[in-house]
Amino acid sequence: MPRLLVAAGAVGLLAIVSLFVGVGDVTPAGLLRAVLADDDGSHQEVLLVLASRVPRTVAILLAGAGMAIAGQIMQLLSRNRFVEPSTAGTVESAAIGILAVTVLAPGAPVMVKMLVATATALAGTALFLRILRHVPLRSVLVVPLVGLMLGGIINAVSTFFAYRLDLLQSLNTWMTGDFSGVLRGRYELLWLTFALVVVAYLVADRFTVAGMGQDFVTNLGMNYRAVLALGLSIVSMVTAVVVVTVGAIPFLGLVVPNVVALIFGDNLRRTAPWVALGGAGFVLVCDLVGRTVRYPYEVPIGVVVGVVGSAAFLFLLLRRDARVA
Amino acid sequence: MSREHSPTTTAAGPVSSSDRPPSRVGLAPAPADRRSLWVMIGLGGALLLAAAAFMTLGAKGSWDFVLPFRGTKLLAMALVGVAVAVSTVLFQTVTDNRILTPSIMGFDALYLLLQTSLVFTIGSARLAAVDAGVMFGVELAVMVTFGVALYRWLLTGARRSVHVLVLAGIVLGVLFRSLSSFMQRLIDPNEFQVLQDAMFASLNSFDRSLVWPAAGLLAVAVGVAWGLRRRLDVLLLGRERATSLGVDHRRTVGLVLVVVAVLVSVSTALVGPIMFFGLLVANLAYRLAGSHRHGVVLPVAALLGVLALVAGQTILERVFAFDTALAVIIEFLGGIVFLVLLVRGEKR
Repeated sequence: MPRLLVAAGAVGLLAIVSLFVGVGDVTPAGLLRAVLADDDGSHQEVLLVLASRVPRTVAILLAGAGMAIAGQIMQLLSRNRFVEPSTAGTVESAAIGILAVTVLAPGAPVMVKMLVATATALAGTALFLRILRHVPLRSVLVVPLVGLMLGGIINAVSTFFAYRLDLLQSLNTWMTGDFSGVLRGRYELLWLTFALVVVAYLVADRFTVAGMGQDFVTNLGMNYRAVLALGLSIVSMVTAVVVVTVGAIPFLGLVVPNVVALIFGDNLRRTAPWVALGGAGFVLVCDLVGRTVRYPYEVPIGVVVGVVGSAAFLFLLLRRDARVA
Repeated sequence: MSREHSPTTTAAGPVSSSDRPPSRVGLAPAPADRRSLWVMIGLGGALLLAAAAFMTLGAKGSWDFVLPFRGTKLLAMALVGVAVAVSTVLFQTVTDNRILTPSIMGFDALYLLLQTSLVFTIGSARLAAVDAGVMFGVELAVMVTFGVALYRWLLTGARRSVHVLVLAGIVLGVLFRSLSSFMQRLIDPNEFQVLQDAMFASLNSFDRSLVWPAAGLLAVAVGVAWGLRRRLDVLLLGRERATSLGVDHRRTVGLVLVVVAVLVSVSTALVGPIMFFGLLVANLAYRLAGSHRHGVVLPVAALLGVLALVAGQTILERVFAFDTALAVIIEFLGGIVFLVLLVRGEKR
């Protein structure tokens, strides 16, 4: 437990650093003076922090923790280390849902978009699992391959319509995570992922048991389909919320849980806090890199995580292979 | 690793054509050869029709403008079709399976990454002063060096299962693309403009000055591949048997990878990445060819590749007025074919 506290402290420290990194000049001392003096000249700084920096940092923490937990749940349910929302067609399905709402009901509130995206994400993930059932003797690696291909096919459909309807740019923003647009009033939906992560933690033991296979679960008197449905709903909703508000963050749900599992094993009740913290910290670091490397411009988080995440994925893949061979 | 076929199960019977002694050259062709011949003639005829339709349908205005304009485009499509088809067949022979293709393994993403790195390190202003052909030559040299080294390591180093390779390739592609877009974000927005066109597959916006150098390169690369065709037939028997039959496996694979790198550079430089096109064409070609000899499969695949591009583009552009959507449609169909191949391959 103390180790967990240290880790939480480190992430908290990073979060505080994140409040003071950006184009607008805000220093801790200046902020303190502004709060104490409360004069008009320094009001600007308080506004900046409250309207932009705090929402952004909170959004990063929520999205990071949510996507990492979503990846972990998917890995337990599919019993495969290489599955996560972006290798199962979930992200692409969510994006096609948002595209559909944007085209058919342009004025719909964000909540509607999110719900439709959740529904399509759920449908896409269910389709993924259905295809997998047609692959009898599947090797571990066929599973993510099927997911990646399914995602590619769904994405081709979205691209086709987005291209015809001049929405390619919007599609691009949903597929590439970017926190630079996060402002007060535009990210609050992400708190939903917080609730979902808490739910996931409360039923963590069920997912851990589900990871041991359908027969085992049924033996223990649990309803496997119910656990599966609950898990997939949580995953789809988290994915939909994140894609709607900030855009997809690829491979996050794959890298963080795998690293945590290397250290702490597979008991979700025990690893969930680590996975959530790890996801939040990882996204925070990547976003800080994206914010500073090309100052005063920004590199979107989806790109930074894409580089780091795919490199880490490759490492896991080839390392695992070397060990097996 | 199980091959989906073996050369001994052709329609011609248990004797594979590559085992035939050269003295039989003058005799009547085996049924399989006759079938392959008809397939090639049929494809050639269809291609001529498609090309004629592409050149003439819906033309308005002076022929002096239309014919050269569309002619260059037709030539570019032919180059891309041949390059993608031949490179995919070669790559699948070398890697000994039917689902790996150069683009699935991230080859064209690597090319784009190299292009981006060049703009990133040298700057577009200085690059603009350099002739496009010279530039292409530099990119090609870098691509061949890096690509061959990387994929040689991946393919012939430790023995890896196909699934590891495919997954590693796809993720490598993601990594290369992310790195490219990372660098693009770091460079000046003006310089980014130069690159942006290259990142999307489009059969309409290709660099016309590259067509002739690309044609020359393609001719050389395809010539080398054609010279290798008998050795490639032997490679289909597997690494051990090929070695015992006197084929230097390592050297041949290295040489083939060089050819593949050149071909991929040609097609990517002309139109950009099309991920699943090669997969579609190569697998159709295996089915149609009626033989596993590269002397048949390579021309059939090349004809099919060009035919698919020309006919597809003609139909989409002239009949449906759908401009550049062909690449997206190929992606959609190719993804489905890939899934089917994957699921069916697993069942066996």
